[in-house]
Amino acid sequence: MIGGWIGIGVVVLLILMMIGMYNALVKLRNQVKNAWAQIDVQLKRRHDLIPNLVETVKGYMRHERQTLESVTAARQQAINLSGGSVAEQAKAENMLTQTLRSLFAVAESYPDLKANQNFLALQEEISSTENRISFARQFYNDSVMNYNNKIQMFPSNFMAGMFHFKPSESFEIEAPAEREVPKVSFPGGGGS
Amino acid sequence: MFELIRANRRRALVLMILMVALMVGLGYALGGAFLGSPVTGVGLALVAAFFIGIGSWYGGDAMILQASGARRIKHDDHPVLFNIVEEMTIAAGLPKAPEVYIIDADAANAFATGRDPEHAKIAVTAGLLERLNRDELQGVIGHEMGHVANRDILYMTLATVMLGAIVMLADLGVYGVFLGGMGGRRRTSSDGGGQGQMILLVVALALMILAPIFAQLLYFALSRRREYLADASSALYTRNPEALARALEKISSSSVPLPRANRATAGLYIANPLKPSKRGLADLTSTHPPISERVRILRSMAGEAGFAGYATAFSQVTGRTVGVKGLGIIAPGQPDSMPLPAHAEPSLASHGERVRASTDALWRARGYRFIACPCGNTLKAPPDFPKNTVICPNCGREHQVK
Repeated sequence: MIGGWIGIGVVVLLILMMIGMYNALVKLRNQVKNAWAQIDVQLKRRHDLIPNLVETVKGYMRHERQTLESVTAARQQAINLSGGSVAEQAKAENMLTQTLRSLFAVAESYPDLKANQNFLALQEEISSTENRISFARQFYNDSVMNYNNKIQMFPSNFMAGMFHFKPSESFEIEAPAEREVPKVSFPGGGGS
Repeated sequence: MFELIRANRRRALVLMILMVALMVGLGYALGGAFLGSPVTGVGLALVAAFFIGIGSWYGGDAMILQASGARRIKHDDHPVLFNIVEEMTIAAGLPKAPEVYIIDADAANAFATGRDPEHAKIAVTAGLLERLNRDELQGVIGHEMGHVANRDILYMTLATVMLGAIVMLADLGVYGVFLGGMGGRRRTSSDGGGQGQMILLVVALALMILAPIFAQLLYFALSRRREYLADASSALYTRNPEALARALEKISSSSVPLPRANRATAGLYIANPLKPSKRGLADLTSTHPPISERVRILRSMAGEAGFAGYATAFSQVTGRTVGVKGLGIIAPGQPDSMPLPAHAEPSLASHGERVRASTDALWRARGYRFIACPCGNTLKAPPDFPKNTVICPNCGREHQVK
């Protein structure tokens, strides 16, 4: 009799544990999905800011038409590829980062532009967006790591196998030199 | 992370029970001394605790912000601060950015409050905005975001309001004993049977003096670890422990006390906001671990920005071999050795720019309207400005006040 009750208790406990593990896996998988979506949100934010920037800068930088055109072209390219593969997308976004970087470098030689409140505000918004993109990637990678660990570790690996939880891929950029981007640096910004 | 949050909820519950017990004890003493019936006192204390509990669940954050003189700001009031808060929200993976508040004070300090991440609030002083550069400010906001993500804010808010209530009740009681004691003495001597009541009064007095101290001890015993954990979270989010270390040094090197902080709210802040002379017993029990120690731990994390990296640095610096669990950190598979990313050149690099930005934010938080005149002057119109137009004193142009 007592043995029976213990048996039932053990089974109930096991079922509860399995439910807990399953829910934890779902939670982590959703976290990975949300983290990925957040990267897209921030990339879009950057795309939206650039026309304003080009508009503000145009009047001051009449001799830098090529720089401005390359920013606009890189933005268009990035938007076109936003539905494409991760590698393509990353390449286009890095291209955009490079062109923005050269735009801000050129802006250094225009003191009038550097005194423009609108330009300064946009510079802060764009550099914050660069930060947001890399923080979103960082959080995505951390989430992927947590999720993949959960899938591979005992005992939740059984649940993962049973319900076909597949490991996710972390966000890596191919060329080692591009690993640190995107972080726009504004030369002469001073500080520490 | 989930384990950690659960542990924090459990601790919050234990703390609340103990705080309520203290309040009941205080009610017993006050009831016995003034109402002639300890049971009535206990009943009243329970009712009060119930309402304080409900009140601080829904309005504790508002109460604390009000008491600290914090005003809410919007993105355009201080874009850099606002952007940093959003950046840290993303780094912590929280669903919604906390509301941002600014406190008009020269002291450099910050705190977070609210009952859950969806209702979180972060407040910083103008002095902090003036002293720290962008990276350092990011470190401090990362620390506050750590309190939000670890659900410390609920515990801290409830405990602060409870502590405030106990301190107030006890002060009231002590005051009452001294006032009532004068008038009551004649009656006691003529009755002759006042000895029992006298003893009760002494016990009540002792309890009234001790209750706030106990409450503070309780609060502080559990709050120190949270500061370490929030530092660890900040390092994890920013991948830049050095910036937080520098920020903490700047905060501790400025000895300006925060006028609106008191014994109850001191535990909320990133660094102890009280004047050294006012600290008294609070310093013995210490709301906050010594800043020098926190800085040394952050500095010895070089290259390892994860929780495990912080735990290793913690044992190295303090010599206490508290594992990851001892710090309240139970997060298997946290990134241990993430490369620290290169950081962008910060906006508001010069001190002058920062002072201007934070003063502007204070004006805007008060509802002043900014009117940029083409002559380069900026006019600030108060919220109750009586006229529709204003004339620039510099060049004589007329502007609409919207």
